[in-house]
Amino acid sequence: MENNVVLTMRGITMTFPGVKALDNVDFTLRKGEIHALMGENGAGKSTLIKCLTGINDFEAGEIRVDGVDHPVKNRSTMDAQKIGISTVYQEVNLCPNLTVAENLFIGREPMTALRTIDRRKMVKQADELVKRLDIKVDVTQNLENYSLAIQQMIAIARAVDMDCKVLILDEPTSSLDDSEVEKLFKLMNQLKDNGVGIIFVTHFLEQVYAVCDRITVLRNGTLVGEYPIADLPRVKLVAAMMGKDFDDLAAIKPEGFTYDADAPLEISARGLSHKGTIKPFDLDIHKGEVIGLTGLLGSGRSELARSIYGADKAQTGTLKVGGKDAKIKEPIDAMHLGMGMLPDDRKAEGIIGDLSVRENIILALQAKRGMFKQLSRAKQEELADKYIEMLQIKTASRETPIKQLSGGNQQKAIIGRWLATDPDFLILDEPTRGIDVGTKTEIQKLIIKLAGEGKSVMFISSEIEEMLRTCNRMAVLRDGQKVGELDGELTQERVMAAIAGGDSK
Amino acid sequence: MSALKKFTRSQLFMPVVCVVLVLLINVVYDVAQGRPFYEFFRIYLSDAAQPVLQGRLISILNRGSEVAILAIGMTLVVSASAGTDISVGSVMSLCACVCCTILAGDMAPQTTELAVPLIVGILGGLVVGCLCGAFNGFLVANLNIQPMVATLILYSAARAIGLLVNHDFIIYVRNDTFALLGGYIGPIPTPIIIAAACIAIALLVLKKTALGMYIQSVGINRKASRIAGLNSALIIFVCYLICGLCSGISGVVASSRITSADPAAIGLTFEMDAILAVAIGGNSLGGGKFNLAGSIIGAYTIQAITTTMYNLGISSAVAPVFKAVIIIIIVVVQAPPVKAYFARRRAAKALPTAKKEAASV
Ligand SMILES: Nc1ncnc2c1ncn2[C@@H]1O[C@H](COP(=O)(O)OP(=O)(O)OP(=O)(O)O)[C@@H](O)[C@H]1O
Ligand SMILES: [Mg+2]
Repeated sequence: MENNVVLTMRGITMTFPGVKALDNVDFTLRKGEIHALMGENGAGKSTLIKCLTGINDFEAGEIRVDGVDHPVKNRSTMDAQKIGISTVYQEVNLCPNLTVAENLFIGREPMTALRTIDRRKMVKQADELVKRLDIKVDVTQNLENYSLAIQQMIAIARAVDMDCKVLILDEPTSSLDDSEVEKLFKLMNQLKDNGVGIIFVTHFLEQVYAVCDRITVLRNGTLVGEYPIADLPRVKLVAAMMGKDFDDLAAIKPEGFTYDADAPLEISARGLSHKGTIKPFDLDIHKGEVIGLTGLLGSGRSELARSIYGADKAQTGTLKVGGKDAKIKEPIDAMHLGMGMLPDDRKAEGIIGDLSVRENIILALQAKRGMFKQLSRAKQEELADKYIEMLQIKTASRETPIKQLSGGNQQKAIIGRWLATDPDFLILDEPTRGIDVGTKTEIQKLIIKLAGEGKSVMFISSEIEEMLRTCNRMAVLRDGQKVGELDGELTQERVMAAIAGGDSK
Repeated sequence: MSALKKFTRSQLFMPVVCVVLVLLINVVYDVAQGRPFYEFFRIYLSDAAQPVLQGRLISILNRGSEVAILAIGMTLVVSASAGTDISVGSVMSLCACVCCTILAGDMAPQTTELAVPLIVGILGGLVVGCLCGAFNGFLVANLNIQPMVATLILYSAARAIGLLVNHDFIIYVRNDTFALLGGYIGPIPTPIIIAAACIAIALLVLKKTALGMYIQSVGINRKASRIAGLNSALIIFVCYLICGLCSGISGVVASSRITSADPAAIGLTFEMDAILAVAIGGNSLGGGKFNLAGSIIGAYTIQAITTTMYNLGISSAVAPVFKAVIIIIIVVVQAPPVKAYFARRRAAKALPTAKKEAASV
C-alpha cells in the first residue's frame, strides 16, 4: 500500500435481488483528505459505505485498510470500528429512548472498578463532548426529545469521538443549517490536519467545493471516475453524476410570481400555539402562494407547521381553512380539510418500512377515503406507477419494500404519497432532504406548478438558496416565535438579516 | 422467476412444508402398520342412524376449529401492536360460562331445556367476548400498556369471573339444539362450518377493505401512520376487539362440544396454541406484516401434531414432549439467521463466477 493511502476498495460488486447496486467499483482514500463520494439517488453511495463497514456482504472485490496486512471483510460496524473506521450513517441509527449520554457511549461505556457502568463519569464525558462541538443539549435527556438535526449532530459527535483513521459521513448535513454545517466543517478540517481520511457524501454541491479535496463519482452502481477538486467544476460534476448536461441553477420562477395580498385566503391562523415548541402566532396564507418558513435550527419552523396540521395539536388559538372555522385534533382532520404534510424525519414519521412502494404511495389517499372505500388494485398500481415515473423513483419494482430503496428514493416516494392526495394546502418540511440535484430542481418546479394551480404550499428548508428559488413570501422564526414576514424582493441578505435578528419586515 | 421458485420463497412455503411433513409421518407410520397409505386421508360416513363424516383429516379440521378461530384475532393483534393477547383462553372460558348461564336460566346448574332462545345465549357470550377485547384494547391502544401486561389482567381474572358467573358450579346444558354448535349439521361437524365461516369473513374483510394495510402500517410505524392520516389507537383497539370476539366464538363452540361450561377446563392453554399458530405461520411476533393464511395453516398444523400423537399411540403424558420437539424444529427453520443462511447459499449458487473471481484476486 502506498504510504499515504489509508483505504483502498477494488472491484467491489454487490447485488440485491433485482438490482446490481455496485459493479466493479474502485475507491481510494488517502490520509488527511476529505473525499466526496457523489452520485444520484440510488447510485450506490450508501451501499459502497455499507460494504466497507460490514452491513452489506459484497460478493466480489477486495478492501485493504492501512495497518491491516490482509484483505478486510468486516462483519459489523463494531468490527469496522476496531480497525479505525468510524461511521455516521445516512439514517440516524441511535436509540431514541436512551439518553444522549448513553447514545454517545453505547458499546464503550466508562466502567467503574466493579465493572459496572460509571454513569457519573459518562455524563461528565458526554457533557464535555457536546460542549466541545457546541451542541446545546442536556445529555441526561432522552434523545427522542431532540430534533432530527440535533440527533444528527449527536451521531456525528459519537463518531468523531472515537479514535479513527477513516471517518465516513453519509449525508450528515441533510438537516443541518448553515451554522451547524460551519461547525462540522471546522471539525472535519481539524481531523484532516490530524491525518484522518474522511469520506463525505452529500447532495449539496457548494459543500463539496467548500471542504473537499477530491471527488469520486458513481453512476448507476458503476464508477465514473476520481477527480481532484480543481479538475471538476460544478457543471462538470453535475454532468458526471447525471450522464448528461444539466443546469441546476437555472431560474425556475415564472415572471410575476410575487406575493399577491388580495388572493383569497387558504389558511388563517390566530394565536395558534403548542406548549414548549411554538409560541402563539398569527399567519395568513393565500391561495396560489408558496410561503417559506425560515429561521435557525430549533427556531420552531417545523413546530409551527405541525401545529397547523395537527401533528402536535394546537393548544390555543383559532384556525380558519378556506374561510371556515376548523377544528383539527388529529392529522386526519387536517387531511379532510385538504391539507397534507411531509414531515422532516423520514425514517421516524415518513416511511412504513416493510410496506411496498405502492402501499406507501397510496397510504395517505387511502386513509383519507376511509377503510371501506378501498382503492382497487388496478387504481393503486396506476397511482404508484404514475409517481414512480413522475418523480423518477429508482426501485426494482413497485412491490419492493420501501426500506430497500436508497434514502433519496424513499423521500421521493413519500412526496408522491402527498401529491396523490391532491391537497389544497401542502406542508413540505425539508422535501428535498437527501435528493439529488436533478430531482431537486424537478421538485422545486413542481412546487411552483402547484402554486400556479391555485394550491398553497408551505415550504421549510434549511437551505436558503432553495427557498429563494421557490417562495414568494417568507415567515421568519426565532426561538419558537414568529417574529416577522418578508415579501417583495427576497434576497439572501434580507433573509439572513431577518434570521439573525436584525429588524424584519 | 418460475412459479415454483416464487412459492419456495413465499412466506407460506415453510408452514405448508410443516403440514406436509406431519402428514408424511402419518403415512409412513400407517404403511408400516400394514394399513393403506391413504388411511390418513380416508373420509367416510359412520354407520350410525344419522351418518356423519369421519376420518383423521375430519377430526383434525374439527378439533382445530377453536384454535383456528383464535388465530385470526391473534394474528391481527400481533401485527398491530407487536404483542400477544394472552387472555384468549381465559376469555373463552368466561364467554362459555356466560353463554351457558344465560341458556340455563333458573334451572342452573343443570338443565335439558333452554330457558331462553339459543341465539340469546350465543349473543351473550359474544358480547362478553367483545367487552373483554375492548378492555384489552383500551389498555393497550389508549393507555399504552405493554400488551403482555395488559392482557395478563384478564388472563388471570377472566376464568375466575367465569366461576363467579357460574356460582362455582359447572353448568350443564344437555340440550340437543345447543349441542348442535359443537356437533353436526347433516354429516358435517358444525365447528368446521363455523371456523370456515369465520376465516372466510376475515379474508373477505381483509381483501375488500383497507383494514389489512392499516393494521400492518400501524404495526410497522405507528407515528408515521398517524401523520399519514390513520387513527393508530383506534386501529389497535379494533384488533383487540376482533380478538375478543374470536375468543367468544371459540368459547361458545367449546362449551357446546361438552354441553357444559367448566370454567377450569375450557380454553386451557389455548392462548399458547393461538400464539404458536401465528408463529408457525411465518409471522413475526414483532408485529408489522402478517399473513392470515399462514396462521390458519399453523393452527391446523398444531392440531395435526396432536392427532398424530394419538395415531402413533404416544401416551398423552409424554405427548407434549414430542409436540415441543416438532415445534422447535418448525420455528427454528423459520428463524431469520437460518433463513438468511439458505438465502446466502442460494445467492452463492447463483453467482459462482463472481465468487471465483473474488478468490483469484
Ligand atoms: N437493502 C436493500 N435491498 C435491496 N436493494 C437495496 C437495498 N439497499 C439498497 N438497495 C438498492 O441499491 C441501490 C443503491 O442504493 P444506495 O442506498 O447505495 O444509493 P445512494 O447512492 O446512497 O442513494 P441516495 O443518494 O438516495 O442515498 C438502489 O437502487 C437501492 O434500491
Ligand atoms: Mg444513500
